Amino acid sequence: MIEVHNIKKSFDGRVVIEDVSAVMKAGQCNLIIGSSGSGKTVLQKCIVGLFEPDDGEVLYSGQNFTTMNGVDKTNIRKEIGMLFQGSALFDSLNVEENIMFPLSMFTTDGHRKKLDRVNEVLDRVNLKDVNRKFPAELSGGMKKRVALARAIVLNPKYLFCDEPNSGLDPQTSLVIDKLIKEITIEFNMTTVVNTHDMNSVMEIGDYILYMYQGRKEWEGSKKDIIFSKNERLNSFIFASEFLQDAKDMRMLEMTGKIPSLRNMDDMMRKDGPSL
Amino acid sequence: MTIFNDIGRYLLMIKGMFSKPENHKMYWKEFIHQCTEIGFGSLGIVAIISVFIGAVSTIQTAYQLVSPLIPPSTIAQIVRDTVILEFAPTLVCIVLAGVAGSRIASELGNMRVSEQIDALEIMGVNTKTYLILPKIVAALLMIPLLVVIAMALGIWGGRLAGTAAGILSTSMYDKGLLEYFVPYNVIFALIKSYVFSFIISSIPAFYGYYVKGGALEIGRASTKAVVVSCILILFADYLLSALLL
Repeated sequence: MIEVHNIKKSFDGRVVIEDVSAVMKAGQCNLIIGSSGSGKTVLQKCIVGLFEPDDGEVLYSGQNFTTMNGVDKTNIRKEIGMLFQGSALFDSLNVEENIMFPLSMFTTDGHRKKLDRVNEVLDRVNLKDVNRKFPAELSGGMKKRVALARAIVLNPKYLFCDEPNSGLDPQTSLVIDKLIKEITIEFNMTTVVNTHDMNSVMEIGDYILYMYQGRKEWEGSKKDIIFSKNERLNSFIFASEFLQDAKDMRMLEMTGKIPSLRNMDDMMRKDGPSL
Repeated sequence: MTIFNDIGRYLLMIKGMFSKPENHKMYWKEFIHQCTEIGFGSLGIVAIISVFIGAVSTIQTAYQLVSPLIPPSTIAQIVRDTVILEFAPTLVCIVLAGVAGSRIASELGNMRVSEQIDALEIMGVNTKTYLILPKIVAALLMIPLLVVIAMALGIWGGRLAGTAAGILSTSMYDKGLLEYFVPYNVIFALIKSYVFSFIISSIPAFYGYYVKGGALEIGRASTKAVVVSCILILFADYLLSALLL
């Protein structure tokens, strides 16, 4: 579990995020959503320690990451896997070497054992016969899957994904989303995903934190989000291509032309809307 | 104020390099890789430059020595000392600032912009130690070696040009090389090459490591790294000459 308490971060006197708190539980996908410039990437970088927050604290399983010394931070970081927006694969290394890198750096395993583990995670992300390929020879979706394989190769407790679907077509995005969700449940990880893709929100979101101009504007589950009364969140949702259906459906509901439970997925039917 | 800010960040970067390696084998691998890149990667250009510098020195020295009272072997002495004292360490290092320095700056800049450095940080790798230290140590090992090779090739180039142009015979040239030889000159040249090696590797590493932006900024950082390195090499050259000669 990751707890974020009153995080504040500014650059050159300009406040980018202010007073953001959240609790991100293990075994679920925690999504940070918001439009570009809302501060979600800065928040994520503060959580993983790439940025030092001006104020507030981040706790990993109860341990205060913000005030830790360098050695303890390094130990926590060994439990973190991260999928970057641009994949961040090492250009000079092939797929196998990229995934093997954390194993070579932090384990004393022999080459055979490391290779087995590499093939295991490649298989887990549904990639085959790409071991000898270099990042430049891979498609965007394949790069993301290799980066995901590298992120999980050391069995991390925490998985961070920054815009995992950026630059991908809808079908590939769905594949990546499903992989993240499956891996989260399979390894009981605390997964934190930055996205502005509402399809991802509906596909994998367990806990959703909506950022607006550097502040936490709304939080809740995916069943709450459709019926949220928060105007800023609503305009964010309806500005995206997501669920034109949902928008139409809601309009019809509001005008009483359809029953309120129509078109909801199974989960929504079972739990009922929170409107 | 930016210059003081940069100096402060540069010193902090140097300080940050000294931490315990996470895995000695991986660091050794990176060090060997950097030795190959900096040493063998620059050997060709160093060889070409050195031979021509020696050749041109011989011809131009002969052109200027018009007095019949000066023996032709003096040409070899002048070429030897010029190559050892100045051309091999300074000129070769200025060229290396362009070749190796720009490569270091653009490599680290690209890694920064494409979030590869962040990826290493997240893994728990000290990126300053892993990415910068092997480059500096490799430069400190390989560049003085290149300078020694440049000395030998420069003197050989002068010999070649001297005989090809009919300025002096090989025996005369060899005789001149051994006359009034001061071994300290070689030591002085090596001291210079160590100082220049540190400049060539650490300054571009600083500009590359802290680059912000995209491809354009990587190019700018690379250019700035080469310019600053060249200026610092010339400044250090003057300072060391004033202090040690």
